[in-house]
Amino acid sequence: MRAFTQHDGLVAPMDRANVDTDLMIPKQFLKSIKRSGFGPNLFDDLRYLDEGAPGADNSVRPLNPEFPLNFPRYQNASILLARENFGCGSSREHAAWALADDGFCCVIAPSFADIFRSNALKNGILPIELSATQVQVLFDMLFETEGFRLQVDLSANTLTLPNGDIWPFQIDAFRRECLLQGLDDVGITLESTDAIKAFEEHHAKRFPWLFEDLVL
Amino acid sequence: MAQTLYDKLWEAHLVDQREDGTSLIYIDRHLLHEVTSAQAFEGLSLAGRSPWRRNANLAVPDHNVSTLQAERAAGLAALPDPVSRIQLQALDDNCKAFDIAEIPLNDIRQGIVHVMGPEQGAVLPGMTVVCGDSHTSTHGAVGALAHGIGTSEVEHVLATQCLIQRKMKNFRVQVTGQLPRGVTAKDLALAVIGRIGTAGGTGYALEFSGDAVCALTMEGRMTLCNMAIEAGARCGLVAVDDVTIEYVRGKPLAPKGEHWTAAEAWWRSLRSDDGAHFDRSIEIDGSAVRAQVTWGTSPEMVASVDGYVPRLAEMPDETARQGLQRALEYMGLSEGMPITDIQPDAIFIGSCTNSRIEDLREAAAVLRGRRLSSSIKKALVVPGSGLVKAQAEAEGLDQIFMEAGMEWREPGCSMCLAMNADRLEPGERCASTSNRNFEGRQGSGGRTHLVSPAMAAAAAVMGHFVSIDDVEAVSDVVGEGL
Repeated sequence: MRAFTQHDGLVAPMDRANVDTDLMIPKQFLKSIKRSGFGPNLFDDLRYLDEGAPGADNSVRPLNPEFPLNFPRYQNASILLARENFGCGSSREHAAWALADDGFCCVIAPSFADIFRSNALKNGILPIELSATQVQVLFDMLFETEGFRLQVDLSANTLTLPNGDIWPFQIDAFRRECLLQGLDDVGITLESTDAIKAFEEHHAKRFPWLFEDLVL
Repeated sequence: MAQTLYDKLWEAHLVDQREDGTSLIYIDRHLLHEVTSAQAFEGLSLAGRSPWRRNANLAVPDHNVSTLQAERAAGLAALPDPVSRIQLQALDDNCKAFDIAEIPLNDIRQGIVHVMGPEQGAVLPGMTVVCGDSHTSTHGAVGALAHGIGTSEVEHVLATQCLIQRKMKNFRVQVTGQLPRGVTAKDLALAVIGRIGTAGGTGYALEFSGDAVCALTMEGRMTLCNMAIEAGARCGLVAVDDVTIEYVRGKPLAPKGEHWTAAEAWWRSLRSDDGAHFDRSIEIDGSAVRAQVTWGTSPEMVASVDGYVPRLAEMPDETARQGLQRALEYMGLSEGMPITDIQPDAIFIGSCTNSRIEDLREAAAVLRGRRLSSSIKKALVVPGSGLVKAQAEAEGLDQIFMEAGMEWREPGCSMCLAMNADRLEPGERCASTSNRNFEGRQGSGGRTHLVSPAMAAAAAVMGHFVSIDDVEAVSDVVGEGL
């Protein structure tokens, strides 16, 4: 996983509550067996005026001029500002892959759905939870100021606003460490191989029926 | 110390815990399907790893499969959509390469992973169960700790048999009394979501308890736990009781002989102790729950069938007002309109929420001897598995559906998420027994109203949602409309 330490990026708005992962990446794109290439289809139904299909040339599709992520001022944004319960619904990690592939490495919202948060953290995307009031302040500034940027410093757990204000944020200590160092979960867990084997032995004695051969 | 059901399941699977609370949890059963596994197998290959415990895994194709009999009979190689075919083939290939058990496309046991799992006894009380699908919460109905995971976690479970987790908080939904006749587990699930919201369960394990929950069949409990994720909770739970034990008994992969005796003893302890601490509790009067219909684009946008679409002036803040405005525009509804004035033109009976035999019986009871309204353009009944299909056919339910003018299909996820050819056209309005009414969920521009199988059937006949108190009343109302 790519590491996340500091980031200075342009902010784009996703001004609605309960943004679900179906909206982030519609089902037809889930047929891919790859992890990459989802970026142009992020928010596909909102982003384009026609219906997308896997394998289609997205560069020739008609863009929806009313969708904020298509506005010239938000091109190359890397921080998404969102509302409550961002990433609810389906567990599809394709939503996190699409965000990352489209250049986003941070989402700021008052709250996140559990599975999306977990998927984001495993793909080098930092979900920052702030109060609804703080998020509203950021939305107001974003809409007022073209070229609105934020500085995220994960090593200090702070967000620096253009006016110099510094806001602290909270994040799970373990997940923070993984992001800072770009650590892969499987590698970390396999360091506990002995503990897993010992547990498994104990578990198999206690619940032997769980360890019978699976014969269909 | 008194423990909740979740506490007990967590404790029995805790491998290791760091000082900061980050824990390693052992996974007993890992279910796989074609959509979220290919990248995980690829990751495993690239790292030169192999599955930690082959026997913990069971795969089945479901999301992409065709539900048309002719296409199914022709086999995978003949599937018209080449992109779906590649993904389904990848599942077959990966299961072979990694020696993982797979129920193939045309096996009678094939079905939606969350229908197949309990049906085969692949999911048992007391297990930890994961799958790369958010509706894995379904399996909490048998007293298993079950939740959805992303593809990185699918790879992690394959490689290590564990997940890195933090313990969730405990949330009890106590449903007192008895649901009125004709009010189903689906209505209860939607009523709970309407009460606590789609993020109400975020960070919690949601345990459903109380007389109304105990009175549910295992199918009903699965419907209820299935929808826990729509309330934001990764897992739903129901305590083990006689209903659970009798459901599991005799399932193909359930323990036998001495193992059964030992298992049953442990399973019967799987309930929250008196006085166990819940971080949050709510009580719902089951007898006051009415049939529910969602009107918007989030499962929390729901009303009783005898209610109405909310008005903009009733919204507490600007974000909510804008959300309502957007939902009304997308759904093509006006504020304040009675739910019974909503007229679907498509019907979908199926999905991991409502495609089990009991669901089909419930719909068939309303449809028996009746015809679809002429305003219904499309009506699919998609059984949850080949075994459900066979059982329904043995009971003659397929004939009832077909005589009513509905299509009787082969098992799969179908129009719940429209990854195959079963989908809504832009603007089409569907009474659906599935679980998500998100924009575009059942097809780009499609409009979804989540309902119970009985309500979907009643709407199919009447051409609009019907105010009902029980199934017999539905039949009466439906009868008058003919």
